[in-house]
Amino acid sequence: MSQGRKPITNRIDWPVIFLYLALVSIGIAAVYSVEYISFSEPFFNMSKSHMKQLTWLCISLVVGLIILLTDSKFFSAVAYLSYLMGIVLLLATFALGSEVKGSHSFIKFGSFSFQPGELCKIFTALALARFLSTPETNFKTLKDRLIAGAIVLLPCLIIIKQNETGLALVYFSFFLAMYREGLPNSILAIGFSIVGLVLGTLLLERLPLFIIITLIPILAFLLLRRQIKRNKIIIIVIAGAWVIAVLFSQVIVPYVFKHVFQPYQTERIYSMLGQDIPEEYQKPGTVIKKDANYNVRQSKIAIGSGGLWGKGFMNGTQTKYSFVPEQNTDFVFCGIGEQFGFIGSSILILLYVTLLLRIVAIAERQRSLFSRVYAYCVASILFFHLAINLSMTMGLAPVIGITLPMLSYGGTSLLSFSILLFILLRLDADRQMLIR
Amino acid sequence: MSAFSQNPRPWIIRVLFVALAIILISRLFSLQLVDDKYKAMADGQAIFRKVVYPARGAIVDRKGKPLLTNTSSYDLVFIPNKIKNLDTALFCEVMATNKETFLKTMKKLINRNGYQRSSVYETALSTEKNARLQENIYLFEGFELQERSSRTYPLGIGAHIFGYLNEVSERMLNNPRYASYRQGDYVGQSGLESKYEEVLRGQRGVEYMVRDVLNRPRDSYKNGTLDTPSIAGKTLELYLDADLQAYGEKLMQGKIGSAIAIDPKTGGILAMVSGPTYDPNLLSGADFSKNYLELSRNYTRPLFNRAILAQYPPGSTFKPLTALIGLDVGVITPSFGYPCSGGYYACGRRIGCTHHNAGHAANLRLAMANSCNAYFCHVFRLTVDAKKWAGGLHEGLQRWHDYLSSFGLGHPLGIDIPNENPGSIPDTSYFNRIYNNRWNSCNMVVVGMGQGEIDMTPLQLVNAMCLIANKGYYYIPHFVKSIDGNGKDTMLRPYLEKHQVTHIPDSAFASVIAGMEDVVTKGTGKVAALPGIEVCGKTGTVENYANIGGIRTKLDNHSVFVCFAPKNDPKIAIAVIVQNSGYGATWAGPIASLMMERYLTDTIKGPARIALQEKMYNANTVKSYIRVIDSLQRQKDLMRDLLRTADKRTKDSVKKMRDTMLVKQILRDFYELKKKRHYDDGMRYQLEN
Repeated sequence: MSQGRKPITNRIDWPVIFLYLALVSIGIAAVYSVEYISFSEPFFNMSKSHMKQLTWLCISLVVGLIILLTDSKFFSAVAYLSYLMGIVLLLATFALGSEVKGSHSFIKFGSFSFQPGELCKIFTALALARFLSTPETNFKTLKDRLIAGAIVLLPCLIIIKQNETGLALVYFSFFLAMYREGLPNSILAIGFSIVGLVLGTLLLERLPLFIIITLIPILAFLLLRRQIKRNKIIIIVIAGAWVIAVLFSQVIVPYVFKHVFQPYQTERIYSMLGQDIPEEYQKPGTVIKKDANYNVRQSKIAIGSGGLWGKGFMNGTQTKYSFVPEQNTDFVFCGIGEQFGFIGSSILILLYVTLLLRIVAIAERQRSLFSRVYAYCVASILFFHLAINLSMTMGLAPVIGITLPMLSYGGTSLLSFSILLFILLRLDADRQMLIR
Repeated sequence: MSAFSQNPRPWIIRVLFVALAIILISRLFSLQLVDDKYKAMADGQAIFRKVVYPARGAIVDRKGKPLLTNTSSYDLVFIPNKIKNLDTALFCEVMATNKETFLKTMKKLINRNGYQRSSVYETALSTEKNARLQENIYLFEGFELQERSSRTYPLGIGAHIFGYLNEVSERMLNNPRYASYRQGDYVGQSGLESKYEEVLRGQRGVEYMVRDVLNRPRDSYKNGTLDTPSIAGKTLELYLDADLQAYGEKLMQGKIGSAIAIDPKTGGILAMVSGPTYDPNLLSGADFSKNYLELSRNYTRPLFNRAILAQYPPGSTFKPLTALIGLDVGVITPSFGYPCSGGYYACGRRIGCTHHNAGHAANLRLAMANSCNAYFCHVFRLTVDAKKWAGGLHEGLQRWHDYLSSFGLGHPLGIDIPNENPGSIPDTSYFNRIYNNRWNSCNMVVVGMGQGEIDMTPLQLVNAMCLIANKGYYYIPHFVKSIDGNGKDTMLRPYLEKHQVTHIPDSAFASVIAGMEDVVTKGTGKVAALPGIEVCGKTGTVENYANIGGIRTKLDNHSVFVCFAPKNDPKIAIAVIVQNSGYGATWAGPIASLMMERYLTDTIKGPARIALQEKMYNANTVKSYIRVIDSLQRQKDLMRDLLRTADKRTKDSVKKMRDTMLVKQILRDFYELKKKRHYDDGMRYQLEN
């Protein structure tokens, strides 16, 4: 326990703190630049979004400090209790909740409203970590796998009921953490394949898609040569997967779009991606609504107009003049893309990925299983948010309301990500300890 | 090897994270660097080009008094295919109109200008409408308010001088001079506004503005680094004396005719009145079309600038020129006399003279003072029939024509407002034509006294006075003294050139001037005498005829008066014509004299003069038959236009028919050729087999 005697400041993983602060600052700058009108306005104006966000940063840092001063065993101890509380809160929203933007997932305390679904991510992560780290749990058994799945899917189902599909989908990211702990390869592979196939079918032309679908099995065949020699069934699996993928993308989807769906259904699916309906699916005589994909179109215009270096800080024309809806929250990346261009956006993405890789590195150096599972849960949640949010602003994924971690304007989002990270930092500070 | 083979899953997850970064960055690459359509789309959405109209140049008089001011007004313009989701009801409410009128106007404008180009929905919006529109314009996408400065004339004078501004017409846009103009731009249509358009309009500026999602302009784009500032038009300083102009217009009210005053030493026009005139404010602003139509329908034709467009025989005011030429050719001397006893009979018919007493034409001075017709007819004949002309009468007439040409007659003088008429002086070919080559000096003898085949514009008349006052030179009459303080601007160069008239000796001028002085002191033009100032003048009473219903009818005489003063140091020369009013000394004389007094002494002195001024103010000399003549003329014009259109239509249809025939012929030839070729091919086929 030589580590334990050192002060906590020496044991904290400072790179994560720096990355965290850098990302939050970029977020505040983005919000400021979008709302900025002229220098004559005072910077310290509490009615402005950037000041509110700054206030939330202070609150988050205070909460983070409290977490760092808490005993690390506390988190595993309260894991199940907090999870239970989270579920109760989620159920309570049906009774107490108020409606915000069509979803029924907020609870109000006076002027302050928060989303239990956001906080429940933390509790679920803790509960999952606690469950997997219990010595009695054997994750190789189907029973325990099902229990773990249930822990994750219970809040997910409640949130779907509340009509917050985006938030509910985040809970699927826990399967990535479970994968690390021994979920079969096939589940992850099948999951990603389905998502990839659906998006590919919608976004790519048929011929390049066919080529890609055909190349993957060939690659797999080359990689798995040795296993195939031993087990011929793999060939059948690969061939079967290929046939299904080709059937799906080349035959079923075009057939459904052409003959089964009504034009408005096709249109809705494509507009979620900010795409125009391909000509082959357009029914003659139907008028294409241009407004359907307004958000993504505007978002793509804003990002696309940034060019290599961007238009410069506070010179964005599209975001500054509110062409992009939700440009402070879900579409905050547009402001970065427009003002700082390809270079700035790429640097931001690299910052995020650095943070993710750092968290994985932290996870792998933990002595206790609890900390490791928790760290993977944090990484998975961040990864999912990042992937979906950035993809939807760039027209690669459907528009589902999901925030960009640390950057998007909004108190609950910032606070919950801060808590996630600071608990991780607290656990990491005691990485030599065995936490049960 | 070890870490991976132990447990590959952390590595797979790491690869997944890196793959995400690669996918996202490559997507960014394609969005931001490969595809530049987004940049163009963003510019199209957010940046818009605002044309800034400069203030049009000011015009001030010789004392620096502003003759017009700019007031800014707004036009509502729109581009049809940029209109989106227009709330018609709200629009109609804001514009205080109803839906039918709105739709009708839109349809008309779209038909005329198409969907791509901008059309002006309403010009010169009232302040109330403008205020309402300024608030709501962002709701009407596709509509825009365009600022424009329009003219107001605080003094309400000089309508014919300044001209007016109006939208550039289709025809003008085809003219290379107006190549840089666009539909809906305003341009000077006549007068100084047209002649000095390039100087007055300044340079349009462009501002790039950034607009927000509600179409409201918010900031300048890139801090205005791409903007071009507008440059205000230059100021024209005129020779015009605003007081004299206003006074002249007041004196000429109720009269048809014109009055022009010039400073002989510079050729600068001090006043130019064409009666009847109109308030220039009528043709500036929202009611332009209505007022224009009204003015153009008026039987007195107020839009017609008589000072440079009307052409009259000069009458007796021509006599000084006859004398000048006679003296210079050498056929007379100042002491030359003619025994007139009330008429000129040498050509077999009587040409009347108002004086009968013997010796009223005993020498040039007397003849001039008494305006003896016989004397000047005789001098004219002596001039053209002079022995020194080897070519006889033909050469004589040509020489005489050349003299007058050098005096500025028979061609536009080149004043700095457009559409000047040339006047006319006859030459040998003219007489050859109408007299079928058999003519002598008797055929045209009345030309010597300014009647018959000679026409001058009032401007030429006053220019001739300048020439005499200056003893042999003139500057082309012009309004503009300097452009933005620069008196030697290239546009003013023609007006700085001294036109020396041949080689007539000063002595000839001296005797003509002496005669003209006598006109005022003891002759026909006593009314023009001013105490303490040596005024030289000449009256004129011009016989004129009109063709009414095919009958040549004699109308009331035109009253003409020309004068200049002071004799030895001329400061002002004036020509006044009052149509169909009577003797030169009755109407034109007093008006010229009053204007002269006003200019030289600033006041009108003495009860007699003030009574004269009152008489002139109140007199109305417009005869009732003018209306008849005008309506006949309009009918004739209408018929001519109809005929011309019909003629053009016939020509077009004939041409069309000919084209059709031609095409038919070509087609027929083509098919016959084809048939023949088929036949040939068939023959060849048969032969080969």
